[in-house]
Amino acid sequence: MKPPAFDFLRPDTQEEVLETLHRAGSDARIIAGGQSLVPMLNMRLARPGVLIDIMPLHALRAIREERGEVIVGAGVRQAEFEAWPQLAEKLPLLSQAIGWIGHVQTRARGTVCGSIAHADPSAELPLSLIALGGSVRLASRRRRRTVPAAEFFLGMMSTAIAEGEMIEAVAFPVAGRGTGHAFREIGRRHGDFAIVACAAVSDGQTTRLAVAGVDDHPRRFDLPQEDGGALDDALNDIAWSLNARDDLHASARYRRELVRRLGRETVMEARSCRS
Amino acid sequence: MSVNQESTGLVGRSMPRVEDAALLTGRGRYIDDLPTRRDTAHLAILRSPHAHAEIRSINASKALALDGVHAVITGDDVASLTRSLTVGVKANVECWPMARERVRYVGEPVALVVAETRYLAEDALDLIEVDYGVLPVVMDPKAALQDEAPLLHPSLGSNCISERSFRYGDPEKAFSEARHRIAVEISYPRNSCTPIETYGVIAEYDPGEDAYDVTANFQGPFSIHAVVALALKVPGNRMRLRTPPDSGGSFGVKQGVFVYAILAAVAARISGRPVKWIEDRLEHLMASVSATNRVTRLEAAVEPDGRVTALSWDQIEDCGAHLRAPEPATLYRMHGNMTGAYAISNLAIRNRVVLTNKTPTGLNRGFGGPQIYYPLERLMHRIADELGLDRLEVIRRNLVPSGAFPYRTASGALLDSGDYVAAFEAALKDGGFDDLVERRKRAREAGKLYGIGLAAAVEPSVSNMGYITTVLTPQERAKAGPKNGAQAVATIGIDPLGAVTVKVASVPQGQGHRTVLAQVVADRLGLPFEAVRVNTELDTGRDAWSIASGNYSSRFAAAVAGTARLAADRIRERLAAIAASQLNVEAAQVEFAGGRIFDRNNPDNSVSFNRVAASSHWAPGTLPDGIGHTIRETVFWTPEQLEAPTPVDGINSSLCHGFIFDFCGIEIDPATGAVRIDKYVTMHDCGRILHSGMVEGQVRGAFAQAVGAALFEEYAYGEDGSFLSGTLADYLMPTVMETPEPVILHYESPSPFTPLGAKGVGEGNCMSTPVCIANAIADATGASDITLPLSPGRIADLIFGEEKPSSNPQARKPAKARPGERQLTGEGSATVAASREAVWKMLLDPATLEAIIPGAHGVEKVSATHFRADVTLGVGPVKGRYRAEIKLSDMVEPEAVTLSGSTQGALGFGSGVGRITLTDADGKTVVGYRYEAGIGGKVASVGGRLLDGAARVVIGQFFQALARHAGGGSGGGGILARLKALLGGRS
Repeated sequence: MKPPAFDFLRPDTQEEVLETLHRAGSDARIIAGGQSLVPMLNMRLARPGVLIDIMPLHALRAIREERGEVIVGAGVRQAEFEAWPQLAEKLPLLSQAIGWIGHVQTRARGTVCGSIAHADPSAELPLSLIALGGSVRLASRRRRRTVPAAEFFLGMMSTAIAEGEMIEAVAFPVAGRGTGHAFREIGRRHGDFAIVACAAVSDGQTTRLAVAGVDDHPRRFDLPQEDGGALDDALNDIAWSLNARDDLHASARYRRELVRRLGRETVMEARSCRS
Repeated sequence: MSVNQESTGLVGRSMPRVEDAALLTGRGRYIDDLPTRRDTAHLAILRSPHAHAEIRSINASKALALDGVHAVITGDDVASLTRSLTVGVKANVECWPMARERVRYVGEPVALVVAETRYLAEDALDLIEVDYGVLPVVMDPKAALQDEAPLLHPSLGSNCISERSFRYGDPEKAFSEARHRIAVEISYPRNSCTPIETYGVIAEYDPGEDAYDVTANFQGPFSIHAVVALALKVPGNRMRLRTPPDSGGSFGVKQGVFVYAILAAVAARISGRPVKWIEDRLEHLMASVSATNRVTRLEAAVEPDGRVTALSWDQIEDCGAHLRAPEPATLYRMHGNMTGAYAISNLAIRNRVVLTNKTPTGLNRGFGGPQIYYPLERLMHRIADELGLDRLEVIRRNLVPSGAFPYRTASGALLDSGDYVAAFEAALKDGGFDDLVERRKRAREAGKLYGIGLAAAVEPSVSNMGYITTVLTPQERAKAGPKNGAQAVATIGIDPLGAVTVKVASVPQGQGHRTVLAQVVADRLGLPFEAVRVNTELDTGRDAWSIASGNYSSRFAAAVAGTARLAADRIRERLAAIAASQLNVEAAQVEFAGGRIFDRNNPDNSVSFNRVAASSHWAPGTLPDGIGHTIRETVFWTPEQLEAPTPVDGINSSLCHGFIFDFCGIEIDPATGAVRIDKYVTMHDCGRILHSGMVEGQVRGAFAQAVGAALFEEYAYGEDGSFLSGTLADYLMPTVMETPEPVILHYESPSPFTPLGAKGVGEGNCMSTPVCIANAIADATGASDITLPLSPGRIADLIFGEEKPSSNPQARKPAKARPGERQLTGEGSATVAASREAVWKMLLDPATLEAIIPGAHGVEKVSATHFRADVTLGVGPVKGRYRAEIKLSDMVEPEAVTLSGSTQGALGFGSGVGRITLTDADGKTVVGYRYEAGIGGKVASVGGRLLDGAARVVIGQFFQALARHAGGGSGGGGILARLKALLGGRS
């Protein structure tokens, strides 16, 4: 479990990062917290020729509120985000979800944007981004663009990040008044990858339910304000639509059951806690 | 042997551990911390990605060409310098420490690389080309016994390497007269007590003396030293084995490092330099060693009142691909205890040992116990339920009665001491059983799923080194000569300043042996705790040891601490005689306390311990006549009760037998199937307690590992033999969050057979807790068949009814529910802006294939329907280069074609079949596909959770490229639209 040789670059400016990304092409990877990438390097599952460390870039390490969105820079660690004093007020969903990410130790290193870039199908941050309808800000040598969350996650660990591009920041919409949020997750142990995780956002009209751990990337559904049997039917259709699979930790059927049961609990909680 | 009870003193108290200051301040000295010679090279091991395959060729030329690579060593190279490992049964089979000609499990060593650094060695592994001819696998122990099963070892003619049947009493009569026959069938899974420190070896070879010097974090038993020396073809005195001062845990598992001690020794010899190897976590999980999985049918002859008159066991033990010493010991360790804590005088046992395409098994905490108690205690639960009896009452009626000790079991164990019924009643009372029943009632009234589980067990300790010969027939045993006993050794030395050092061969793995030995010896010599220093490093070239030395079968407290006590007795006796002559009193009058030796009747008449103790060095001429020196005393002790198997296969497999009775309350979340251990009570009679804190630590540790075995841990294999739990994200061990605080109770019945009255206590909960939890789940759910580990998904299957169907009849039908299987299936379609004929041509054209096969570097056309390519496949950051073979068949131009392909690379291998159909749609073509693929090797071991999705991404890449090649796609599934957006972003 030793990685093959690679170059480790620590540019002084973001321009240099982007220039290096452009030159190295698919041979380069950005490293931030390294919580997913380093194990992959050690197991030689990933063998990039160049690693570009962005953590010294101070400009990327800020959390700021801007035009109704909370912008989290690519260098912000999960633990820093968790400790952001306005988190519960501005992003109540994240304040519930973030404690489910790994462990204190992994959150102390891992970054918010790193988790978005890694796009693990069970991960809490992509799920939250999808649930809230946030977006990802990408930069390359030539241009900057913003991709809505719904178009960002393309498949298992596959995103809209193109060659030569890096995530600069992710943007989470600030919670609106009268909106309720809820987050539920089932894993085998505390801190494990979710078997199923659900996030719900409810306003007066609709409730959005996002589900992770089942399909290849988190998926979002709009549920009408119905209740009882109608809600159960809607959740059942969602459960069947997610292409659930068996793996070592849970059967497809168990995942579907969790979508129905956990999904219902999450929806009900989000509706009940509308402020 | 009488029981010596000190009423006061250090023994029995929870002294702070002398080990902890170093361990808690980062000063532990583990194998990876030890200094090595400056020219030490590093070893890395190429391991088989296949569960069963011929090795057609190994080409190491590219690896050897790397600067800094000293040697690449194959199985045949190793064989040329060694002898096949000793196998514990009579069988025509070879057992090598690494693969020769054939691999038989995923992770089996195929080649060794010795290089300047571990990094370089691993680079070299990537360059070794091995041509495998894949063979069919057999993973299930029952399937391995079938006539048509693939054979692992053709020389054996069968996968069954040992079969023996035993009968004690008259089981046939008991069964024929029984009013009821009740049976259980159990498949006990594979798991392991996983130490935080992995295997490590540092090996040297001295050609001048033809001698090996190996430091390994081996834990014993040192009978294995003989296996290593024989394999290396040197006398024992030219195979020096040393152990590091500290260990990062073993739980039996480090016994298995001996195989690597041999490999590293040979690697040092061939490469001409010292070699160091530290196992990594993937290697450890995949290929170190594991407990056995076992299929058991257990039937009881039962009276209407629940009394069991006979048991009949049929056990199929799965030892993996090779029968490695000391296996099949897992199967025979409990042979004297097959009636558990019960008085059952008629017993039949059929034991079969089978080989399958899994990692070879070895020592593991609980060793053979969980595999026995799971069926036995599930059976007792079932007996009560089927006969409508109270479950407690069924246990109570069958327990070995009070006053019957020492009690000889049907198969020959001598249960040394105890009062099982009294301990059982005390557990119910002090553990609050009635309250728990009330709690269950209330929980059920509130609509919850709540169950209570029970388990009784006898915990054997101090193994009889002869028990394994029970696997031989009495005739074979007679020919081989008797094997018995369990030599323990302790040395006490006194230096010229009168300071006391204790030396033992117990090879502690973190338990705190040094603390307990200091307590025992300090007490006996009247010294303060700090005055006694204990050294537990072992060097077979220098120290006193024997085959039973080491750290296993919970032998420390009973055997090793007891032997230290005997050595202290001898030293004390001599010191008393020397002091008596100086104090002018009778030796019998001499007392030891506070660092002084004195006249019991006149304590002022005293002399310092150090002065008396030093006199053997400074003034040997002053010792009284006939009194020997006190410089060094070594005592070997083996208990007389550990006799060789009798001619009728009776075997006292262990010296001591503790008693355990557990009960627990478990609540299941009806919405999620999540299990919460609400209360767990565990009663132990482990004889005299030497250090109450350590006893509690042992109970808690075994309990935590048992919670893991019950709820989380399994070494899982796919049907193709792929190993599926290669990381700690897939092999789940309980953390403090999942492990509740058990209520620990004690009932103390000193063993009459050990010097201190102590018995072992380290393994009991590994035996009792998994089945106690399973019984509670059975009680909560009403299910009769409970299979471990009890993941929430398995629980859900027990409590959820029929699944609600989809309202949309077109919805995907549920995937075949075969957890653990590595077979991927999928289907989809894409619309391509080209005619069917054009698409058809593309599929048959190497240039197009090169453009559309993801990551292809040159496609070679072998024939019109056979292509070969080097491809780089990847998902996200995961990328690997593979050699791919693609064949086309069932071609219906221009409508359909079947693509079958296989890939092989450093990350693993895959094969698959896909049917592609082309349908015309307004001048465009809808390309439909349906595929089935299998993936194995490293990527299956470490990335199982992500494989399905990853395969879909790669297959998606293929169609994306096809669409792009055809001039851009449109419509189709949502995926293509998104992919088009992606392509736009890229250009």
